[in-house]
Amino acid sequence: MQWEAVIGLEVHVQLATESKIFSGASTRFGAEPNTQACVIDLGMPGVLPVLNEKAVEMAVQFGLAVNANIPQRSYFERKNYFYPDLPKGYQTSQMAEPIVGPGYLDIPLEEGSKRVRIHHAHLEEDAGKSLHEDFHGMTGVDLNRAGTPLLEIVSEPEMNSAKEAVAYLKGIHSIVTYLGISDGNMAEGSLRCDANVSVRPKGQKELGTRCEIKNVNSFRFVEKAINHEIERQIELIEDGGRVVQETRLYDPDLDETRSMRTKEEANDYRYFPCPDLLPVELDTAYIQHLKEGLPELPDQKRQRFTEQLGLSDYDAGVLSASRALADYFDRVTEICGDAKLAANWVTGELSAQLNRDSLDLQQAPVAPEQLAGLLKRLLDDTINGKAAKQVFAALWAGEGHTADDIIEAKGLKQVTDTGAIEAIIDDVLAQNQAQVDQYKAAEADKRGKMIGFFVGQVMKASKGTANPQTVNQLLKDKLG
Amino acid sequence: MINLSLTQMAHGLASGDFSSTELTQAFLDRIAKHSQLNAFISVTAEEALKEAAAADQRISQGKASPLTGIPLAHKDIFCTQGVKTSCGSKILDNFVAPYSATVVERLAAAGMVSLGKTNLDEFAMGSSNESSFYGPVKNPWNAQAVPGGSSGGSAAAVAARLVPAATGTDTGGSIRQPAAFCGITGIKPTYGRVSRWGMIAYASSLDQGGPMARSAEDCALLLKEMAGFDQRDSTSIQRCVPDYPALLQEPLQGLKIGLPKEYFGSDLNPEMKACLDTAVKELEKLGAQVLEVSLPLTRLAIPAYYVIAPAEASSNLSRFDGVRFGYRCEDPKDLEDLYKRSRSEGFGPEVKRRILIGTYALSEGFYDAYYRKAQQLRRMITEDFQKTLNEVDLLLAPTTPTPAFDLGSKTSDPVQMYLEDIYTLGVNLAGLPAMSVPAGQVSGRPVGMQLIGNHFDEGRLLNVAHQFQQVTDHHLQAPELD
Repeated sequence: MQWEAVIGLEVHVQLATESKIFSGASTRFGAEPNTQACVIDLGMPGVLPVLNEKAVEMAVQFGLAVNANIPQRSYFERKNYFYPDLPKGYQTSQMAEPIVGPGYLDIPLEEGSKRVRIHHAHLEEDAGKSLHEDFHGMTGVDLNRAGTPLLEIVSEPEMNSAKEAVAYLKGIHSIVTYLGISDGNMAEGSLRCDANVSVRPKGQKELGTRCEIKNVNSFRFVEKAINHEIERQIELIEDGGRVVQETRLYDPDLDETRSMRTKEEANDYRYFPCPDLLPVELDTAYIQHLKEGLPELPDQKRQRFTEQLGLSDYDAGVLSASRALADYFDRVTEICGDAKLAANWVTGELSAQLNRDSLDLQQAPVAPEQLAGLLKRLLDDTINGKAAKQVFAALWAGEGHTADDIIEAKGLKQVTDTGAIEAIIDDVLAQNQAQVDQYKAAEADKRGKMIGFFVGQVMKASKGTANPQTVNQLLKDKLG
Repeated sequence: MINLSLTQMAHGLASGDFSSTELTQAFLDRIAKHSQLNAFISVTAEEALKEAAAADQRISQGKASPLTGIPLAHKDIFCTQGVKTSCGSKILDNFVAPYSATVVERLAAAGMVSLGKTNLDEFAMGSSNESSFYGPVKNPWNAQAVPGGSSGGSAAAVAARLVPAATGTDTGGSIRQPAAFCGITGIKPTYGRVSRWGMIAYASSLDQGGPMARSAEDCALLLKEMAGFDQRDSTSIQRCVPDYPALLQEPLQGLKIGLPKEYFGSDLNPEMKACLDTAVKELEKLGAQVLEVSLPLTRLAIPAYYVIAPAEASSNLSRFDGVRFGYRCEDPKDLEDLYKRSRSEGFGPEVKRRILIGTYALSEGFYDAYYRKAQQLRRMITEDFQKTLNEVDLLLAPTTPTPAFDLGSKTSDPVQMYLEDIYTLGVNLAGLPAMSVPAGQVSGRPVGMQLIGNHFDEGRLLNVAHQFQQVTDHHLQAPELD
């Protein structure tokens, strides 16, 4: 039988506010346990929440970026359950009327783009962390994270493969980082994801029984966990079994999911409107103001890169995936004036070097201005492509501040003087008489390849400074 | 000295007739002498005398404000930094608050001297002060009678002249009913008028703090300091606070007072009705026009309240889990055991009852039938009041159906106890201001007259009560204590 997987994602994004969603305590990551939890975060008797306006603003920005309806009124509810890292015994969240209504995200796939609808996004507070190590049979609780604002983005169950889920997650990641509303750091938990997975016979309308997989906190794990879960469910059904609705935990070490709790064990969260907070009322002017302030988003960038700058779909996609990379590229293009060349170098040499050294773009030793300076010399034929790579490597290694300094210091200026190049060619031909004879005896269609040998020798002899086009032309003339 | 009004005390302090230290000591002596009333959970004598000495210094430097150096007590539901804040519960018996409530801060900033924390029903859940972990408070008028609840300790302490004034909170009548039972004056302000920051929540959408004292004038002075916007409480309202004491002298000529007929039905003790009739005549003499009005939904306030309040309470009280503060059971064998036993052993029966009711009302499948229905009722009751308050300036009614009942007489029947609140609950559901004013006695037990105003009309309520107290002496009666 042909099976079809159906996947919906719940993405939790930690918003990059300075202070918590309902208190003034700092949201900084990595502080000593319980040093960033005030009486409100600790759930002390008598404390009250006050909504952080910045969190509202960020949520609305996200909503606008995914073309969502922003209701003028939303409100907070309490989700009641007991857990040691949940100080008040309830999580302040939203359910019936969330801050962001239905929207959508277009995700790029090899076979073209696909629209994934977003059901809603709501604001809520993060819980603390239970620490099970170092406490000798006990559990420690760190409430630094308690109260950090989260935006939970809930998709419709409309993705059909792990690849689509990853593309969607990457899309969300790129939007929140573009907007600057989250650092998107998955390793630190700034962006977390739960996946709802079910399978059904291809062509069937009704959804199969779903399982929720928790703890899939990297792009790679999302893909692996979903693929694993799809296989598990198909195998189960094909062996005559039945999928049970449950919550499963992904274990990246064993690459498997295992049951956490079944539907029967699920909590009744007893949601009800939080009486300590007023409904959030947003007027159209406020929403309009935020709309006008939105930065250029990934889709718009991709479109501008292809339509105005003439880049390939592929290059445009790669360059627009992160705002930092797109901004870098835009800056290089702005200075050197050649978008395609800039795109080649940013997606090529620059990205390769970053990979090699395991660096983020922010840590790149070559600034966009430096790269643009180098490309300008390439464009005005001061240096050739080979030399350009040397210059780039030198800039990367910090051997000089500008491309011009390095070109000067290393004597990489391209030789275009025909006389000088001719002299070198004559030398080379004289020293390689056997190859010259072979070339002359060869068929015309083989010669193209053979001439490469002479070009290489001439370039070597000129220490890479000879203009390759000139060399080529002169060689052809001389070899006849 | 102990029978003086706040204004007279301020005058005595300013003119050097007595010092704040002397005044404070006199009240501390009375608290110690009448400890059998069980009105206090904590007495902070040492700190009080320090505060009094500081107040004396400010007075001598001419830096005093009207309440500087005057003692008061706080209901033990307000957090007081460095002082045990128990909320009348075993679960917080070991809890020392790390911060102070806004009300506590504001009254301290006004120079008042805190003598300690008064007894109350556990988590303010009760109408008799019998649910306190620290035992019931006795009514100073009759040791067999309850003082009312939940602010029973504050009411008894003021009535017995253990303090000139105290703070209270009112979720369903918890200021007005004990004020009525103990023969003192107390006002529950409009919801949002007084900050709830630091006031341990029972039912957040109904809870409101307010002053309890011996006269409307004293209440006006206190409310002026307590009221006002607080950015730490999102439900507190940004609206300027009138000068309540300045409004007390307004004449009542032409004032329209409505008597809701549903409050004067067969539930009401006939002798109490006679007291209220006399009070109404006094107000007419002062120029008020009295007419009968109707609040047909009055009886529905009880079921609406006893769904909404427990629902909110069931969530508000989840934080008392034995993990971070408060009572924790001995040797928990695992997390579930820790939760179950800490809460089972830490909460008393009335609190457990309301947590269970509230949890049930919010449960999947029951939410629409209970919680949603109760919210609809609440809206209807509010509209009922609004309609009536468009016709009249304020409403006059009994505070309670009967005078203070005997200790133990209703503890075995919670529903009987809940019915005690019939005249007070609607006001909380509608968020309106209301006060209780002494209006006589029945068999030696005080009778309370309730005045209900429109939103933010505290000034008018205090004005009417004050004018009434200018021509009557019910509020000046003091119980005889041995």
